[in-house]
Amino acid sequence: MGEQNHTLNPNEKLDVKEILTDLENYRPRRSGWTWRKPDPDQKLGPFEYKQTSAPLKRSVPLPASKYFGGIDPQPDCVITTEIASGRFEDDLRRMRMAAWHGADHIMVIRTTGQSHIDGLLEGTPEGVGGIPITRKQVRATRKALDLIEDEVGRPINFHSYISGVAGPEIAVMFAEEGVNGAHQDPQYNVLYRNINMQRSFVDAAVAKKIMASSHMLQIDGAHNANATAREAWKVMPELLVQHAINCAFSEMVGMKKENIALSSVPPTAPPAPALSYDLPYAVCLRWLFSDYKVRAQQNTRYIESDTREATVTHVLNLLVSRLTTADVQSTITPDEGRNVPWHYNNVAAVETAKQALVGMDGLKDMLEFKKDGPLPRQVREIAERAVLFLEEIKEKGYFNAVHEGFFVDSGLYPERKGDGISRDPNGGIAAGSIVEREKDYMAPVCEHFGYNNLPKGLSKPCDLIGGCTFCDRDKIVYIDELDPEDNVEVRIRKVEQELPENMIKPEVQWKGDGYITLTIFLPEKEEIAEYASLEIAKKLGLHEPEVIHKGIMHPSEGTLVEVKGIVPFAIDKTALVIPEKPKILSEDEIRDYIAKNPMKVVCGTVGEDEHSVGMREIIDIKHGGIEGFGIKAVYLGTSVPVEKMVDAAIEEDADAILISTIISHADIHRKNMERLAQICEEKGVRDKFILVAGGTQVTNDLALEAGLDAGFGRGTKGIHVASFLVEKHKELKAKRTGEGNTVDED
Amino acid sequence: MQRPSDFEERRKHLESLSDDQLKDRFWELAREIVEPLYDLAYTHTSPSIERSVLLRMGFSSLEAQAIVSAAEKRMLLGKGAGNLVLKYADLKNMDYISAGRHLAENQGWDELQQTLGGTV
Repeated sequence: MGEQNHTLNPNEKLDVKEILTDLENYRPRRSGWTWRKPDPDQKLGPFEYKQTSAPLKRSVPLPASKYFGGIDPQPDCVITTEIASGRFEDDLRRMRMAAWHGADHIMVIRTTGQSHIDGLLEGTPEGVGGIPITRKQVRATRKALDLIEDEVGRPINFHSYISGVAGPEIAVMFAEEGVNGAHQDPQYNVLYRNINMQRSFVDAAVAKKIMASSHMLQIDGAHNANATAREAWKVMPELLVQHAINCAFSEMVGMKKENIALSSVPPTAPPAPALSYDLPYAVCLRWLFSDYKVRAQQNTRYIESDTREATVTHVLNLLVSRLTTADVQSTITPDEGRNVPWHYNNVAAVETAKQALVGMDGLKDMLEFKKDGPLPRQVREIAERAVLFLEEIKEKGYFNAVHEGFFVDSGLYPERKGDGISRDPNGGIAAGSIVEREKDYMAPVCEHFGYNNLPKGLSKPCDLIGGCTFCDRDKIVYIDELDPEDNVEVRIRKVEQELPENMIKPEVQWKGDGYITLTIFLPEKEEIAEYASLEIAKKLGLHEPEVIHKGIMHPSEGTLVEVKGIVPFAIDKTALVIPEKPKILSEDEIRDYIAKNPMKVVCGTVGEDEHSVGMREIIDIKHGGIEGFGIKAVYLGTSVPVEKMVDAAIEEDADAILISTIISHADIHRKNMERLAQICEEKGVRDKFILVAGGTQVTNDLALEAGLDAGFGRGTKGIHVASFLVEKHKELKAKRTGEGNTVDED
Repeated sequence: MQRPSDFEERRKHLESLSDDQLKDRFWELAREIVEPLYDLAYTHTSPSIERSVLLRMGFSSLEAQAIVSAAEKRMLLGKGAGNLVLKYADLKNMDYISAGRHLAENQGWDELQQTLGGTV
């Protein structure tokens, strides 16, 4: 029951309805975390890599990959992406896209306020800023990820949160449903969610023991201090303290060190001299926590709406990861400072990590840290400050230290500014809710932490009930939906009605949301540019236009504005007229053919036309032109009479003539093309030459009508022309030798 | 609390420690700090913990919620919610899932409490 009986077809969309079918019988295929398998001497294409893992079965490589034989090296560390738009059914498609770009850790953020809900949620209600984490949602997501991991050929870790006031229950549900990793840190509850501290630690012990039993990877919550503190770089000693408290507590409860990961963020960002803070901190952390895993998170503290700035900060964070270590490399979408992340920004963030990590492959083999100077001095100082911090907590007791506002104070410890977060040990959400276990306290289930007065002689605690859900999955109770209105089926039906299958709308997070972004430069000051941009968006017909970014180019010379807005119509994809794509050969194929069959072309801009840019793009080796494939080009220049082109071709014994007519008026481009064919006929050389024309107003149909062999318009690259020349050359050769349609020289 | 930095003064006793000794001290302190927290957790339970026990026993989240709320009201959580269900099943000589469902429907609590020797 619940067996996967279908696989994903890369040419088809994920069928969300199929995912939701028969969920009550779905069983997760595994539990626990999966690391990538590093291959320290991997050869891919012409290169040898030191810090990569096995390639994917299917993926989208970096754009430049086409210059390197299509290789898509995968870094050695797990790469995270955080996906949670409020509708998990739409997130599943985004997860698939992210996996194709190299993400193998999918982190689902919870809906606002779930950490304060004392119990499990059920069904699939819509979330705000995240997903309501429920059994159905978790099960559907894990089922979709099973299909996606088969499609890309690498296990995908699914992750969410075991915090808040329902931690133990969520831990049980996650263990049952094959969730592979989770945030768990009682300090997060206390400091950022104002949940009673006693309750938080009592619950955490039970939750952690359950996580340990299913080998989940635990990630702590220390990075939040970084995102909260007024001057984030001053909390470095405290971050180490928070990591240590959660690590020591987790281990005492029974979690293995290798399943404990620190959520570590480089504390600062440019214009601060970031590396001079971030690197000593990173080195100090990895030294003190050498037995634990590091999840390298990226800095969000200083991100606003500029996606370029965010990306540069993240690349610097990745440099820190490569100069030290990262077991899990997290990514933050570059639009995090603008909105709930959009589909393509998850992909962008994953690409940034992959590109930077692969680009820095082997860096550490060439560098070493100085043994004296600022780096070791600062490492020691941060560690000493952390030890002093711990000494003072030890003296006061943890609860009192929190009460006194010791944490998230913006003073560099031991300095205290008095602006830390203070919590009352007897206050907060769920205060007074813990109860002392009585002498006869008993829990007849496995993996239960704490005092348990079980009868003697049991082989395992759940013998008393004939098996618990950890030993007998059939005992798990699956609830489908509780709310007849707010659920995934209702949402899908509504979207289907609004947007039938043949109709398409732009989308950034939810199917049919209709959002697009306009990038507008206006030669005006900020305020004028902002309101003018909104007017432009309105006049273009966008609904609900909103400025999402402004960048000042100069106080009065100009402003860059990005505006988002909703497209008020849909496009019928079945009514689209899509021209057939010209056949493109691979670069190697072209080079091989030309090496065996040298070709020469005569080219120039004809008529009274002094423009040469287009033609040079097609010819020049540095623009990826035909010369790069070994085709010899004789360039005659601009304003060449058509007759001269033909004479030159005869004299050079060329194979083809390429003419360019870029600017055309009074139909000159058509006349020039006709003239070229005509002169060749007159001189009796029409069969000798391949005749090609190019230009902004040229189309293949126009060229053929004019009696030429091909025409190339806007957007043409050298490879298009080279592919055509090779194909045509083959055809002519076959005709001349009378051997049929094709001759395969290989 | 506000306090100017007294780092140079405060760190004097750490100065003579080697890096390894400093690291050992770091971990020794961390473990000492969490010991009382561990003890608190070992000896206490909470509504969420007891619901997590009931989930593992095969109750739905809704049943677990109902049983634990009723046990909390009657100050019986310290015995363990799973324990209460098993005791009630014994008392009524029924399978424990049916017993739990009775309790979830707010039935049988007085009887159970009398058996346990508590006050109603």
